[in-house]
Amino acid sequence: MKHWGFTFEKLKIASFDFTCCEGCQLQLANRESTLIDFLELLDIRNFRELSSEQHNDYDIALIEGSISRQDEVERLQAIRRQAKTLVAFGSCACFGGVNSLKNKFPLKELVAEVYPGMQIETMPVRKISDVVKVDLSIPGCPVNKEEVERIMVNLATGSLVTLPKHPVCFECKAQLNTCLFELGEICLGPITRGGCNAVCTTGKTPCLGCRGPSEEINMPAFVELVKARELSLDDLQEKIAFYNAFEGFSNHEA
Amino acid sequence: MHLKDSAIMKRDYSLDIRHLTRVEGHANISITVKDGKLLDARWAIVETPRFFEVMVKGMSTERVPFLTSRICGICSISHALASIRALERGMKIEPPVVAEKTRLLAMHGETLQSHALHLFFLVAPDFTGASSVLPLITSHPDLIKAGLRIKELGNEISTVSAGRCTHPVSLVVGGLSKAPEKQQLLQLRTMIQESKPALDTACSFFRTLKIPEFKRETEFISLCNGSSYPSIGGSIISTDGVKQDENEYLLMTNEYSRDFSTSKFTRLSRESSVAGALARFNNNYDRLHPKAKEVAASFDLQAVCHNPFMNNIAQLIECVHILEDAGEMIDSLLEMELRDIKTPYSPKAGSATGAVEAPRGILYHHLETSDEGKVVRADCIIPTTQNNANILYDLGAIAEQALQEGKNDKEIEKLCEMVVRSYDPCISCSVH
Repeated sequence: MKHWGFTFEKLKIASFDFTCCEGCQLQLANRESTLIDFLELLDIRNFRELSSEQHNDYDIALIEGSISRQDEVERLQAIRRQAKTLVAFGSCACFGGVNSLKNKFPLKELVAEVYPGMQIETMPVRKISDVVKVDLSIPGCPVNKEEVERIMVNLATGSLVTLPKHPVCFECKAQLNTCLFELGEICLGPITRGGCNAVCTTGKTPCLGCRGPSEEINMPAFVELVKARELSLDDLQEKIAFYNAFEGFSNHEA
Repeated sequence: MHLKDSAIMKRDYSLDIRHLTRVEGHANISITVKDGKLLDARWAIVETPRFFEVMVKGMSTERVPFLTSRICGICSISHALASIRALERGMKIEPPVVAEKTRLLAMHGETLQSHALHLFFLVAPDFTGASSVLPLITSHPDLIKAGLRIKELGNEISTVSAGRCTHPVSLVVGGLSKAPEKQQLLQLRTMIQESKPALDTACSFFRTLKIPEFKRETEFISLCNGSSYPSIGGSIISTDGVKQDENEYLLMTNEYSRDFSTSKFTRLSRESSVAGALARFNNNYDRLHPKAKEVAASFDLQAVCHNPFMNNIAQLIECVHILEDAGEMIDSLLEMELRDIKTPYSPKAGSATGAVEAPRGILYHHLETSDEGKVVRADCIIPTTQNNANILYDLGAIAEQALQEGKNDKEIEKLCEMVVRSYDPCISCSVH
């Protein structure tokens, strides 16, 4: 087909959800003004939430959510066997996401509190790459539909797929926002990957790092910045742990 | 003739659907009928639990709405506001008027978006014989354009009032972190006016549909505030005449578990009850905008209606109400100074319920905080949880009725799927 001046095959795509809120899949139906054009790009083979017609001959699999039960492991492995490109779609898939906050509690305590007296199967939350090989990660809570559109066009045209390397700070500054540090708030904008158009900080709420670390972050310097401003290290810890997106960076501060 | 009738009546029938399509989340349906008698009907939610009520323990109050909004990708604004309301009531914080009005507008946006997603993407294919919305883009282009327009408007209202439509940004404990901009509100007002023809198109389409005839008497529960159509807070009332204060939500829900479902069940005066658009309509018809009442009359919908399929129509009527009411809210915000948006507070110990009318029905968050303002106990009861028992009993009743009417296996399966979809279940949310 010919589309936006390029000639290419439609992407044979599928979308699956695991332990999550389905908010990232929902973004696929947002940006309504470009939706019909966006759908032209795709040959949707399997998407339970959208369609009763399900086929297993897809090339690209979008995976939303993290993994927290054995049947999910098996379902994910079967998808991996079929998909040429497996995409971790959203922060739960990329990092474990907010679901990972569960991991600081013993499994028995979780079940006893929420389902007293019942047998409920659950495992510690894992990100997708802990279970199968991931070919492409699109972070965000939720994903940014504009970025998803761009990546899909790149995949369809065989162009290079990249994520922004700069931190959220760049995008926030470009919008002439007052820095939240100046207002006495710890904000993860300096260490978080941009591409969200600084939507949270523009709404005057601190960045909690849903897009994970930007390239070559300097965590010790960031912790020093928080200390120099006499801000709470507990608050820093709560923010850094929110999406589990700074695994490997979060242990040596505070 | 008699022989044929009794052969139909004595039929064996079984249905086993694993991971029902065109609903949010993972759930199974199974029905067994032997010699015309219903042996078992199940609505089994198999979604993985995330344990939000434990995760939130130890978290600082200001962060809580950002976590609980992640319970649901479709009704994240409702979750954020249920938590905010619980915390503000518990810690005795009065949000400024501008914040209260802006929150109501955000709720309208979310409900409009959610209803549009349900009606056009998930329900319309059932009534047109399609497997998804995709073929309708070419077969019913005007309808789909209208649906997208309404959905876009819903998202735009949420974005202007809450900073982002999914997982809101500026709804915070104490008020708002940022006020909507007047320029954006003005644009929104124009967009609402321009979207009204799209809603007329949608209503005309739905009027041509044959809504299945089915009725099982039940109890409808919703919020009620005595002055406007319910949205944030109020008393909890039922069509069986029960009324309770918001903090007494446990008396209205009586939550229990079944071993085949990770989502719980509730009950009040009967074996099951219903929350959602039809419950709000049945309990609050008088508070609807006159234009919404006109549309209700055009569908012959009157309170109290016991046909679950009419929940779809109640959602459509709510869309009409929202377009009118949101316009009036914007007008009143435009007359105000949008400066005083947040009440300063110091976190402290407290305990209260925050109840809101999420798109699918009443959503309860009950939160208890410590002296340091950390959450020590949380309880969330989700609208779909309140509908699970009703869905389960409806499935059995509709299968029996369809068998008696001599419908074939495919027709019964479709009716069962459709009755579940009419509740617009939000499954991962209900497991949380």
